[in-house]
Amino acid sequence: MENTLNIERHEYDVVVIGAGGAGLRAAIEARQQGKRTAIVCKSLFGKAHTVMAEGGAAAAMGNVNSEDNWMVHFRDTMRGGKFLNNWRMAELHAKEAPDRVWELEAWGALFDRTKDGKISQRNFGGHEYPRLAHVGDRTGLELIRTLQQRVVALQQEDHETHGDYEAYIKVFAECTVTRLLKDGERISGAFGYWRETGNLIVFDAPAVVLATGGIGKSYVVTSNSWEYTGDGHALALLAGANLINMEFIQFHPTGMVWPPSVRGILVTESVRGDGGVLRNSDGERFMFKYIPEVFRDKYATTEDEADRWYTDQANNRRPPELLPRDEVARAINSEVKAGRGSPQGGVFLDVSSRLPAEEIKRRLPSMHHQFKELADVDITAEPMQVGPTCHYIMGGVEVDADTAAAAVPGLFAAGEVSGGMHGSNRLGGNSLSDLLVFGRRAGAGAAAYIDGLAARPKVSPQLVEEARAEALAPLERSGENPYEVHQELQRTMNELVGIIRKAEEVGEALEVIEKLKERVRLVGAAGSRIYNPGWHLALDLRNMILVSECVARAALLREESRGGHTRDDFPSMEPEWRRKLLICLTPDGSSITVKEQEQPSMRPDLLALFDTEELKKYLTDEELAELDGIAKS
Amino acid sequence: MSYKAKFKVWRGEGGEGRLEDFTVEVNEGEVVLDIIHRLQATQAPDLAVRWNCKAGKCGSCSMEINGKPRLGCMTRMSTFEEDETITVTPMRTFPVIKDLVTDVSFNYEKARQIPSFTPPADVRPGEYRMQQVDVERSQEFRKCIECFMCNNVCHVIRDHEENKPAFAGPRFLMRIAELDMHPYDVADRQEAAQEEHGLGYCNITKCCTEVCPEHIKITDNALIPMKERVVDRKYDPLVWLGNKIFRRPKS
Repeated sequence: MENTLNIERHEYDVVVIGAGGAGLRAAIEARQQGKRTAIVCKSLFGKAHTVMAEGGAAAAMGNVNSEDNWMVHFRDTMRGGKFLNNWRMAELHAKEAPDRVWELEAWGALFDRTKDGKISQRNFGGHEYPRLAHVGDRTGLELIRTLQQRVVALQQEDHETHGDYEAYIKVFAECTVTRLLKDGERISGAFGYWRETGNLIVFDAPAVVLATGGIGKSYVVTSNSWEYTGDGHALALLAGANLINMEFIQFHPTGMVWPPSVRGILVTESVRGDGGVLRNSDGERFMFKYIPEVFRDKYATTEDEADRWYTDQANNRRPPELLPRDEVARAINSEVKAGRGSPQGGVFLDVSSRLPAEEIKRRLPSMHHQFKELADVDITAEPMQVGPTCHYIMGGVEVDADTAAAAVPGLFAAGEVSGGMHGSNRLGGNSLSDLLVFGRRAGAGAAAYIDGLAARPKVSPQLVEEARAEALAPLERSGENPYEVHQELQRTMNELVGIIRKAEEVGEALEVIEKLKERVRLVGAAGSRIYNPGWHLALDLRNMILVSECVARAALLREESRGGHTRDDFPSMEPEWRRKLLICLTPDGSSITVKEQEQPSMRPDLLALFDTEELKKYLTDEELAELDGIAKS
Repeated sequence: MSYKAKFKVWRGEGGEGRLEDFTVEVNEGEVVLDIIHRLQATQAPDLAVRWNCKAGKCGSCSMEINGKPRLGCMTRMSTFEEDETITVTPMRTFPVIKDLVTDVSFNYEKARQIPSFTPPADVRPGEYRMQQVDVERSQEFRKCIECFMCNNVCHVIRDHEENKPAFAGPRFLMRIAELDMHPYDVADRQEAAQEEHGLGYCNITKCCTEVCPEHIKITDNALIPMKERVVDRKYDPLVWLGNKIFRRPKS
């Protein structure tokens, strides 16, 4: 058995934790800038959650509607996030997404085409023009495979030059990081274990990029895979970084509701983008009742107008099925609560009466396949039944927009694990583009940081020893089964800090979390260290509990409803709250404290992209007065 | 409705193992992977299985169910009789790490031996123009979720360890076809497919196509056309003569 001195050890310039879109794009950038790069992934290479993304990558290329440009995309993103977004991130994202998509094509991606041979773009909720580059409904798979193959291409180059595929970029597959290591204030490496053998591993590296995705496994009904246990969020907290916007969780409006074992699995928004409509048990197309005031002038008010929009977007407004996801999810929730749900507890999503069967199979092949195989439902002949599912966390590591740097020197974060870009609600399609834009920026940020370092930070043997003891502890105890603790956490978050929240319920959840913390300290994992899922879960529980507490504490404090945070006891959106960000941190490594921080005002040239009438819906009187002052001067 | 099913699950590590019997609850709508998870949660917390998406999109939970390669997440329990004993074993072609988890590194090594997409030097990002009909051929192969069940079932390597060095398997022969059919790929791939990656070993029994969970017509649309391209070139007298006269030395 290893001790602190003989643990397997690797030296790198950059260690990227996570091998989804953001992690791979970050690693590619770091390697292209000449840095020796490790990619550490919890699963096999190419299996990360990015494969689940269906609809597409939003980028204002203007291939389908030439009116589209970065400013329109920026406006849509800010509206979708209810103006809580880090506007600099939203700006960079809108400006750079087209280049990131085109670059994928040069690396071998094959997107669907327009008639004139360009990348085709599809409609999606909250996007004014057709904007999502896509491959049928399996865009995430195309994205991850392209990036994976780009990594291999770079390895082949290195093999040519150095005689070693892994000279500059190596994938550590089925390897989980449990602690970040620091030298004083700076990052000096990471500590983890191999799933396959249970052996421990130390990375000695001055820069770490977190790209670990989200937290969905803290909920029962989720579209997320087992890996989504908030690892990066927790690693950042434990290293002293701040998390922001943790109260904002996106419940995707359309998850499968039946059979029970697949409850939560995603039904792509493309179904609605391509013409699918939502109906309740009365057969009513109910979304027309749920157009909120801020979007009143942008959405169709009759079925006729909505249907005309698919063929004539210039003269008609969009169907309300394509409202941002938070609006649609709440509407479905209300219909079900009012007793107008489908037999299996969702609502009906119908594309069968809207498109010919062949067209459905061509545009939505994996949805057709998924329903046929898992639910015995033929979506070309009958409606699907769908309901909200925990899908995405807008909150995450607070980063500098331009470099993706966290507050801890040497720590960077990109993709779902970072916070700010999407404000209080993410638009569909903005995730794949986010991964590419900020993955690249994180890789570049890490490379520049290393170039500016005077001396390489050192790995502290004492921290390694502490990490070793922590990682092995569950194997040395014969305590409670970790699966039971996990199930209780999932139930608690689902029921008490779910799509609609109330102060007393969230308070109750916090009490449960306190009790679960005690139980997590005592869980045991029977069996050996070789590929032992009970042990892995016991370690993941620490992370899930930490992030769940962040979500609950922030949700309790924010006394308004906005985007992915809906308070039954504070149903309206308050301009005063738009100026406040809630920051989570853990001073002692186990309990979470939350503080308020002021949101910086948007740059005047970006504010000028909006009508004053629209800004009035979001900004405080004080901000509007300032704006008036700028306009007059 | 819920019932108790009989399972035999292969358990073991370090080259040794055996089938272990379990009796386990099954509920309506469940798939085999749900039952494996129930075993983990209630009877065998250290039972090893790979899985990620549980929706047939990531290709992690490949296993053999009653001897047939299947994704655990896409095999519904309703396809079995209630009194049937269901046997779950790891993929046979790859070495077992533990229980249902195998060492699939063979596939990643083969992936690295196939030269990457090679576009013309003068096309810049954003300038690519391709017709839908021209990308569709390669798009079919890019639906591959890398579950590696085609490589697992292929008789060339299933019981013939000795063929592994010379044979990329259906997955990666299809990758060569995908690149060869890519409208912008300029690399010469046909000779290498035959000489270096073992295309000639394939005798089109279509086992790979049968097990593909994405229903990709691996044999008909990738391997046979690739064989035809190789043959056309090898036996076309003009091409043969051209190769003899103009062939550049390998750099």
